[in-house]
Amino acid sequence: MDKIRLRNDIILFASLLLAALAVWGALKLLQKPGKYVVVEIEGKVSAVYALDGDLKLDIVTADGHVNKLVIENGKARIESADCPDKLCVKQHAISMTGETIICLPHKLVIRIEGEGGVDAVT
Amino acid sequence: MSRDLKLLTTLGVSTAAAMILSFLETLIPMNIAVPGVKIGLANLVTVFLLIKLDWKSASAVTAIRVLLSALLFGSVASLAYSASGAVLSMTVMSLLKKTGRFSALGISTAGAVSHNAGQIIMAVILLSTKEIAYWLPILIVSGTVTGLAIGAVGALLVKKIDLKLDRKA
Repeated sequence: MDKIRLRNDIILFASLLLAALAVWGALKLLQKPGKYVVVEIEGKVSAVYALDGDLKLDIVTADGHVNKLVIENGKARIESADCPDKLCVKQHAISMTGETIICLPHKLVIRIEGEGGVDAVT
Repeated sequence: MSRDLKLLTTLGVSTAAAMILSFLETLIPMNIAVPGVKIGLANLVTVFLLIKLDWKSASAVTAIRVLLSALLFGSVASLAYSASGAVLSMTVMSLLKKTGRFSALGISTAGAVSHNAGQIIMAVILLSTKEIAYWLPILIVSGTVTGLAIGAVGALLVKKIDLKLDRKA
């Protein structure tokens, strides 16, 4: 009985890791170099910037929290933030479509859009 | 001592242990850019109770632990995330336990991964951004690793600790 359970456990682990790999692969395949940086606060688009210009500005949420967005060398990142966990600062600079920087405490999402993407937004 | 009293005491002590583990978890810095990556120490208690007793005891202790830790160490927002994770993971673990075909390792791993999935679902709802799904692969892998570790310790506890409670028929 224990052997059967162990076998089932191993099948479970393998399928989970395969699923992770499949999701990751599918997402990678769908990615293209982006054109625009879209800033969303609480699910609403608050600003759109071109990814090919250099830019440094503070994003201020409704309750006064600040994330400093930097766009340089075709990549966007958060330089500093006043959230408790600073996870948004640790996330990698983004430049491919579908990539995001997300600050959960501030309900802030920085997203990269491709050529046609912004039409759907603006 | 009557069985009911023993059970009550066991669940009380389990809740206390789960709270301590939750607190310990908050002391461990997780230097990873993806929110939601955590060890899930408190799940140890849930897995133990689920295997040793039943899904009702495990769910009760888990529900109280999630509520209390959000109150003590978290916020309203963190409650939404941990509650959605806990509900999904409790359901998945209870079902897997019911099949009788998985050991503590499998149950705990499935629980950890579904906990992470539940949190992603909540994040997609709260931020109405489907791009959060990009974190899914990382959270599946981290859930598998931490779930495995917690499951291994859980299996050991199940073997070593005798609650001296008659199993419910």
